[in-house]
Amino acid sequence: MNLEVAGLSFSYEDHSVLSDISLEVKGGELVGVLGPNGCGKTTLIKCINHILVPRGSVLFGGQDVARMGSTERARLFAYVPQALSIGMAMTVFESVLMGRRPHIRWGVGEPDLGMVSEVLERLKISDLAFRKVTKISGGERQKVMIARALVQDPSLLLLDEPTSALDLRHQLEVMQIIRSVVNQKGIGALMAMHDLNLAARYCDRVVVLHRGRIAGQGVPSAILTEKLIRDVYGVSARVGREDGYPLIVPLESIASV
Amino acid sequence: MQNDGEQIAGQYLRMQAKRLLFVAVLSVLILLLAVGSTIIGSAGLTFGEVFAAVLAGIFPGMFSADPLAFTIVWDLRLHRVLFAVVAGFGLAVAGAVMQGVLRNPLASPFTLGIASAATFGAAIAIIFVPTALSGEIALVISAFSMSALAALAIYGLSRYRGISAESMVLAGIILMYLFGAMTSFLQYTGTTEQLQAVVFWMFGSLQNTSWEKLALVSLVVGVATPLLVWRAWDLNALGMGDQVAQSLGVKVEQTRTLHMMVASLITASIICFTGTIGFIGLVSPHITRLAIGGDHRYLVVASGFVGALILLGADSLARTILAPQIIPVGIMTAFIGIPFFLYLFMRQKEEYW
Repeated sequence: MNLEVAGLSFSYEDHSVLSDISLEVKGGELVGVLGPNGCGKTTLIKCINHILVPRGSVLFGGQDVARMGSTERARLFAYVPQALSIGMAMTVFESVLMGRRPHIRWGVGEPDLGMVSEVLERLKISDLAFRKVTKISGGERQKVMIARALVQDPSLLLLDEPTSALDLRHQLEVMQIIRSVVNQKGIGALMAMHDLNLAARYCDRVVVLHRGRIAGQGVPSAILTEKLIRDVYGVSARVGREDGYPLIVPLESIASV
Repeated sequence: MQNDGEQIAGQYLRMQAKRLLFVAVLSVLILLLAVGSTIIGSAGLTFGEVFAAVLAGIFPGMFSADPLAFTIVWDLRLHRVLFAVVAGFGLAVAGAVMQGVLRNPLASPFTLGIASAATFGAAIAIIFVPTALSGEIALVISAFSMSALAALAIYGLSRYRGISAESMVLAGIILMYLFGAMTSFLQYTGTTEQLQAVVFWMFGSLQNTSWEKLALVSLVVGVATPLLVWRAWDLNALGMGDQVAQSLGVKVEQTRTLHMMVASLITASIICFTGTIGFIGLVSPHITRLAIGGDHRYLVVASGFVGALILLGADSLARTILAPQIIPVGIMTAFIGIPFFLYLFMRQKEEYW
């Protein structure tokens, strides 16, 4: 199923955050949302998920997201927020099991338990299953949040900077997991991110936001140019090629000059 | 691989079995304590006399009992014992729900102004309604309506800023101080006897229970608890933060409001009869969380059992420790609950909140 966003705008009181955003995410496609801090990446993801209520239209599978019931929406979209706060000290297993909430009434059946075990296995965190989420590392915790989203069995994954707080190995692991889920299940994923090189390597397309507007969207090699990086980030950079992907080497900030 | 998965699911199921065992053990303890508590007392009844009196009450005509024993059991003790169980259960359920919905380990009916409002209501009745005009009904109504008012005020105040956990906690604390100050003011203006009556009410006591009151409180707790348990997944999801909860399909503000109102109603309906019995709503959920973890599908009810055990234990002690003098039960609850809590707290090194 495809996500179609058309003419989406959002403002907090009189402060406009997003204006006239149109984009599309097809099934089996990983789309990165790029842009400097404060450009509206997080707001965009929340608007799509209807945590915030935007103007304009958000359709999923041709259906208006605003008109869906909360449970119906939760069966289609899974959301992994930016903050790593997880509130109360539940076990990893219970945190991940929470993803089944939109699909079950009260009792937990064997298929639910099976799904949780399978996803824990897939993300290689089975050995943490009965540890408290407050007692594991940031990288492991991020995997728990992603596991919860996968157990939700969504048609679209919405991820807000899932790799920003992670070390190099966990960054790559998380990107590989998301990439393989998107490929295997044919679901769409929209992911706010900061690392241009990760975006260049793993995303099918990128959407670049600048001051609440789209500064460019398309395949990474077409979009991530020295000019765009200068205009949007205020950074001079050299863009080379490595393995057929664009390789961005940031040089210096020119914003303050 | 498959084996590992089955093992993990199996371990989870064993955890659930452990939770049921915890509740089962508590029920047995409560039952034993209830029997013991009905027997003990200054009248010196035996188990046989009490047993006969209970049967004679349930099957009139089929069993006969000593009239004195019958009167003591049915008119004095049994409703008090059962009231302790139901009230302890209700206060603990309210505490568990408030802590969950506000994601705050310090939340309880007492830290959020519900109880201070009831005290203020009681103080109004004690000071302004002459006891000749049947002070008790006025007191109950006044205490209950003040608590209900406080609950509505928490809702109203937090609505202004969006119904977040933080704004509700802040509103609750503000109300606690406001009602506390107003009660102090009333006490300042009252006579010595009135002041004493207010202070005694604040100790909390099960002295004035009756079958009618038991029926009322049981009705509230009996209707509210299944509702809260039915919505337990929403509480679990709220534990992961409002936005994740929302993305899991929880209507966050509606859930938070509903749960706070129901928990406040339970609290108000109990403490308007007993006075402020603190501590149970705060500590029972912690004890339960330490023992069986934080899944609200089990936590809410299991907390209730812990609360029932603590209040019944406290009241049994309060009646016997300085007999024939009866200590107000509110004074005893902490003495009973804290050793229990400390034991679990010291033993369990892992973070449980």
